[in-house]
Amino acid sequence: MTEKIRKSAKILVFSTEKISDPAIDMAGLLKLHYPPTVYTITVPCSSGIKSRWILHAYEKGFDGVFIAADGTDCVFGESCTEKTGQLVGRTHVLMKEKSLDPARLKMAAICSVCSESFVKQIKGFNEYLLKTTNP
Amino acid sequence: MKKKIGVYICHCGGNISDYVDVEKVKKSIEDEGGVYLAKTTMFACSDSNQKDMVDDIKGNELNGIVVASCSPKLHLTTFRNVSERADLNKYNYVHANIREQDSWAHSDDKNGATEKAILLVKAAIAKARLAEPLIPNKIQAQKAVAVIGGGIAGMKAAIALSDKDCPVYLIEKAPFVGGRVAQWGNMFTSNQTGEELITKLYHELIKRKNITLFTGAEVTHNAGSIGDFRLKVSVQPRYFTGTCEEKQLQQAIDACPVEVLDEFNFNLTKRKAIYRNAASEYPQTATIDMENCTRCGKCEAICDKIDLSQKEEILDLHVGSVLMATGFDPYTPAEGEYGYNEVDNVLTLPQFVRMLELSDKKLIRNGKEIKNIAYIYCVGSRQEEDGNTYCSRYCCTSAIHTSVEVKKKFPGVYNYHFNRGIRTYGKQELLYAESLQLGDIYLQGDEESLPEVSGESGKTMVKVKDILSAGRLIEVEADLVVLVTGMVPRADNSVGSMFKLPKGRDKFFNEIHMKLRPVETFIDGVTIAGACQGPKNIMESVNSALAAATKSYSYVSKGELETEPIVAEVDAELCSWCDACTAACPFDAISMTNESSKAIALINNSVCKGCGMCLPVCPTDALNLIAYSNNEIESMIDALAAG
Repeated sequence: MTEKIRKSAKILVFSTEKISDPAIDMAGLLKLHYPPTVYTITVPCSSGIKSRWILHAYEKGFDGVFIAADGTDCVFGESCTEKTGQLVGRTHVLMKEKSLDPARLKMAAICSVCSESFVKQIKGFNEYLLKTTNP
Repeated sequence: MKKKIGVYICHCGGNISDYVDVEKVKKSIEDEGGVYLAKTTMFACSDSNQKDMVDDIKGNELNGIVVASCSPKLHLTTFRNVSERADLNKYNYVHANIREQDSWAHSDDKNGATEKAILLVKAAIAKARLAEPLIPNKIQAQKAVAVIGGGIAGMKAAIALSDKDCPVYLIEKAPFVGGRVAQWGNMFTSNQTGEELITKLYHELIKRKNITLFTGAEVTHNAGSIGDFRLKVSVQPRYFTGTCEEKQLQQAIDACPVEVLDEFNFNLTKRKAIYRNAASEYPQTATIDMENCTRCGKCEAICDKIDLSQKEEILDLHVGSVLMATGFDPYTPAEGEYGYNEVDNVLTLPQFVRMLELSDKKLIRNGKEIKNIAYIYCVGSRQEEDGNTYCSRYCCTSAIHTSVEVKKKFPGVYNYHFNRGIRTYGKQELLYAESLQLGDIYLQGDEESLPEVSGESGKTMVKVKDILSAGRLIEVEADLVVLVTGMVPRADNSVGSMFKLPKGRDKFFNEIHMKLRPVETFIDGVTIAGACQGPKNIMESVNSALAAATKSYSYVSKGELETEPIVAEVDAELCSWCDACTAACPFDAISMTNESSKAIALINNSVCKGCGMCLPVCPTDALNLIAYSNNEIESMIDALAAG
């Protein structure tokens, strides 16, 4: 029996309403293609994402979770970057406890016009997940 | 209550349905729990579809709707209004973005795009099943607008706001208002000079009591948000306590030992550290450029109205909206670009316009009367990738207008236009026709064969392979080469960064949508006007200023604003008051309270901004954000994972 070769990993993106979502929208506007198995859930701020949501995504079969963080552009304040980093750190610990590869959670600051950066990050993440997870 | 959800899947003409099989999406979701009806529609945002939606909601007593169409950035308000017209709480409407984040992003994979659309709509339905009716928060909106930038856009916006009986603070960084327009002479199409336009606007400004004008002023700090911006403004002194007598003022200027390049004349001339305004700049009073002044005291000794001990003032302003009109910088060519700063008689168009203003009987450069002028177009615009790829829009017209003005003022001059295709749209074509009738010569290159400038043996030569004469190499000896430079964003855009204004690919400030939401930005309460948004001519700048003024006014006019009811909420049973949430909250919205003798967190809804920073730090998971609860997010994840 031959195993079906998967072209793209299943990735959940947490994007933010004011900053990274416009960049992801602009990627579509510019027809910058990325795998169609990338799904976005929009939240107000990347520092408000709960670890349990991320772990829930792995439990339900997502290969990776990508946090399109506000970075220094966050409208809620400069502490966003540090707090998003902290939640990623806490989640990595929980992932290790569950024997999940921490690299399956990726975070990058995506500014409101960083469409190309978003697509590049997603493509790189997709390649990593295809190599390391068992689709 | 059992959910009865209506789902509307948009073709968006073909923007979605060319790549997503919308009928398949409809069939795949119509049996989802809670879905009462599912429809496809050619344009969900059309009036007819909106009316159908209202009829569906009312006729079927729907208590939730999902719209799958373009980005919610464009039509969230449209469909919220539809909900309200149908007496459905607007927070029972959920949006799925199947255009920007699906059909367009995956136009190379129609099956993939369709499968994704199905899951996105299912996730939206999952959220709609759990969505609760919510009541928006009401906040006080300070009825005042800060207009940042006192060029023509800022002045016009301030007057328009004043006419609506709205207090305005007009904040200009330079010592005078007038901006770039003050630097121009006679202008197309009205044949008014920059001086005439600015004089008229300034007199309109000062007769209005509800406009406060600050010159030499900069916003140094911003706190708050829509309806409640708290600004700190630093105002530099003029170093005058009154008006010096004219003779004394001239003596003071003559005595000043500091001479610097005059930026008003684009460095063609020099001025002293103490200097008078140009005739087109207001207020019409002298000032001292303290960045260059040595405080030698010679001017102070001549006129007792000069006081070098004056200090900057810091003012606190409270406004409901901010209108940004910070303008542009003219492109500065790189060293050697078309001979700039290498060949002696190469100038930029703004420099040439000033030179023309300053020239009287003869047009002379370096002691030589100018007869042949070569204009090289698209300098700093329409560049290769990594450069300024955009067209600056105003420069073709400006160059042609200048050449016509030269011809009228100095009839013996010959104009040669080395262009890349003339873009004089609309009425500006009349000017192009006039220039042709006056005998101007047009030579056209393209990106493969740009003009070349060389200076040898005291001669300046410009040559190009003219595509209008079958690629023949044509060479002109020019007494003056004018580089028709475009617009670039302000080199100092720190005020934009302070307000976190997003920039576009061209690095100008970004409006949300050029057609559907012009002048609005992603920062609620901040609008943009004029050339800070992108290259514009004066007419376009004024149009956008009036639009921005109206939009800013709409934020503050009622004295009250509706804001999203998205705030944190505490589960009293789970909360054990550890204080972690208080430390995480950047807005001091969380305090301790006692409920049934138990200490728990209390959220101040009027202060909470709904960022959610408190959520992930709670060790007992006692905090949720309204509309982003665990159930809502996890049900969406379940739906997306099911594919």
